[in-house]
Amino acid sequence: MSEITLVEAVTQALAFELQADPRMVVFGQDVGANGGVFRATEGLQQRFGRERVLDTPLAENTIAGIAVGMAVQGLHPVGEFQFMGFIYPALDQILSHATRMRNRTRGRLSCPLVYRAPYGGGIHAPEHHSESTEALFAHIPGLRVVVPSSPARAYGLLLAAIRDPDPVIFLEPKRIYRTIKQQVADSGTALPLDHCFVLREGRDVTLIAWGAMLQETLSAAEQLAQEGIEAEVIDPATLKPLDIHSIIDSLEKTGRCVVIHEAARFAGMGAEIAAQIGEFAFDLLKAPVWRVTGYDTVMPYYQLEDFYLPSVTRIVAGVKEALDWDHPRSRG
Amino acid sequence: MHKPRMQLLASFDIAYLQYLDERGSPTQVLPDFATADSLCRAYRQMLLARLVDGRAVKLQRTGRLGTYPSSLGQEAIGVGIGSAMQASDVYCPYYRETGALLERGVSIEEIFAIWGGDERGQNFQRAPHDLPICVPIASQILHAAGVAFALQYQNASQPLRVAVTCAGDGATSKGDFYEAINLAGVWKLPLVVIINNNQWAISVSRNAQTAALSLAQKAIAAGIPSLQVDGNDVIAVHWAVNNGIERARRGEGPSLIEAVSYRLSDHTTADDASRYCPQSEREAAEKLEPLGRLKQYLCSQGVWSSDHQIALEEELAQVLERALRHYNHAPKDAPNALFDHLYARLPEAFYDQYDNLLNCSESHS
Ligand SMILES: Cc1ncc(C[n+]2csc(CCOP(=O)(O)OP(=O)(O)O)c2C)c(N)n1
Ligand SMILES: [Mg+2]
Repeated sequence: MSEITLVEAVTQALAFELQADPRMVVFGQDVGANGGVFRATEGLQQRFGRERVLDTPLAENTIAGIAVGMAVQGLHPVGEFQFMGFIYPALDQILSHATRMRNRTRGRLSCPLVYRAPYGGGIHAPEHHSESTEALFAHIPGLRVVVPSSPARAYGLLLAAIRDPDPVIFLEPKRIYRTIKQQVADSGTALPLDHCFVLREGRDVTLIAWGAMLQETLSAAEQLAQEGIEAEVIDPATLKPLDIHSIIDSLEKTGRCVVIHEAARFAGMGAEIAAQIGEFAFDLLKAPVWRVTGYDTVMPYYQLEDFYLPSVTRIVAGVKEALDWDHPRSRG
Repeated sequence: MHKPRMQLLASFDIAYLQYLDERGSPTQVLPDFATADSLCRAYRQMLLARLVDGRAVKLQRTGRLGTYPSSLGQEAIGVGIGSAMQASDVYCPYYRETGALLERGVSIEEIFAIWGGDERGQNFQRAPHDLPICVPIASQILHAAGVAFALQYQNASQPLRVAVTCAGDGATSKGDFYEAINLAGVWKLPLVVIINNNQWAISVSRNAQTAALSLAQKAIAAGIPSLQVDGNDVIAVHWAVNNGIERARRGEGPSLIEAVSYRLSDHTTADDASRYCPQSEREAAEKLEPLGRLKQYLCSQGVWSSDHQIALEEELAQVLERALRHYNHAPKDAPNALFDHLYARLPEAFYDQYDNLLNCSESHS
């Protein structure tokens, strides 16, 4: 068992399932001979043939729409969008069809499909190649939104997504496609969807982050530990539906929570998490749920992207604000 | 078996235009605009585009520029388009546009700034009505249709100002392309759409993109005229674009031009074309490239020589060095620019975030 990167784990999961399940097909722009612009489908066309690994013409609505047709006839399509920034032409098919088919036909037809897309900033890419709009997708009823943050979770969660009977959008944090290596057994074992992963235990504050932002978040937790602050770090992994119970379990210990995301702040996932904590665990809170996020601006071109992205410094500062916060009633 | 008898409803032709073949020999009498002066100028602009692209790729390799899409081999398309437009027309570019942008008055520093990760590059100082370069494939073609409508709406008397746009062969697969030419046809908009058919959309070849014999014929479905031109022949490109623009100026509506060329570079500096592009195909395409044939023609006419070439290369090297100095010494954009151009006036609701950004950027630097 050798160490593999996150993007290699994606390839490994796709290959495993292509081998195991003849219903599966993979398609998208440049996924064939080129193996995808990030090489996530490297070698798959050679191995599984042009009938199962296909380059589509350049049209995202095509990718999303044919997946619906394939899925309702019993295939397991996995469509790749080259970048999250180019999914939007396909929103109609995702929002109006893929996610509604089961409901509209009262279960007669369904869409067991996966849409994959690399997402997120920090790689000095051109315009439209760096956004994080997971909250847009989380807002769509009937969709699952899954974000892996390590090679092992990429492998296990992608397998789960492909085997899931409903549509999943699988957002791959491209900044860490190649920065972390891990041993991942190619055993075909899926990890559970709709389930948080606790990446670090701590009693003082709960930090919630996903995708690439976990790198900064774990570094911040490390730095806080030097100062005697023990942060618990949770990766929700499935952003929708959200495993709020695991988050509440953590809050039982810590009573304080900071959500960290690259995406813009307004109506971002942090807002949803904070609202659910408010609804279900208000009595556990010693401070408001804090957010450290991207700004409510357009994702800048790369010269300014480091100012936009939450840094370890910004996360540590946010955590300290959450820790220093005293309830007005307990202030003398 | 029953075979129904049918009548011919309509039939269509697709014309192909070339003036200079790959050896620089005229294939027919050249049009009037093809004077020694104008062709020497076109040659200069194509060479400048090539040098800018070459330098940009080098800058990327040394970490001073981000991902860059070179126009290598497609210089005749950009220069043919730009030289056919009036300054008052409006251009809606995509991203592989070095030749056309330079013709429109966009500076080399601005081009470098865009790919160097700085929005200020899109603030074209000398092309105030043109749209910024557009990355989401084919979306600019719809903008161009809207621009064309606005130009007509604001001044319906001829000659009209005209909207011109360019997109790749891959872009013709997108709804935006069909939607735009369809609407332009029914609304008879003053629009010219040029397709830079460089045979590749990253790794997807032209033949994997569509079963259609030509991209020009896609105009038939929209009911607008079109033609295919040798996109490596700047005279043919200029003639076709000029012809489309003149039609549009007279109020005769839109047209489509497919300019056939070849992408002689990787898709961008982030790509490796050797993974999917046969070496032999690229080598064959190199023989068709646009600069050599124009130079040969000019030499055959006695208006160009190796002395001219050396002088031009020296001049352009200086132009490039000057631009590079400006690019290298431009002060960095301020972080607050994130908010300064978000709305006409920043809503109060964002003041906290703005302050937070300023505080963080102070500790950042
Ligand atoms: C809507 C959209 N989808 C995907 C991409 C990613 N992408 C960038 S360039 C490109 C290929 C474009 O090919 P073509 O239209 O032929 O233009 P060329 O780059 O060859 O000039 C793709 C798929 C994008 N920019 N926009
Ligand atoms: Mg192309």
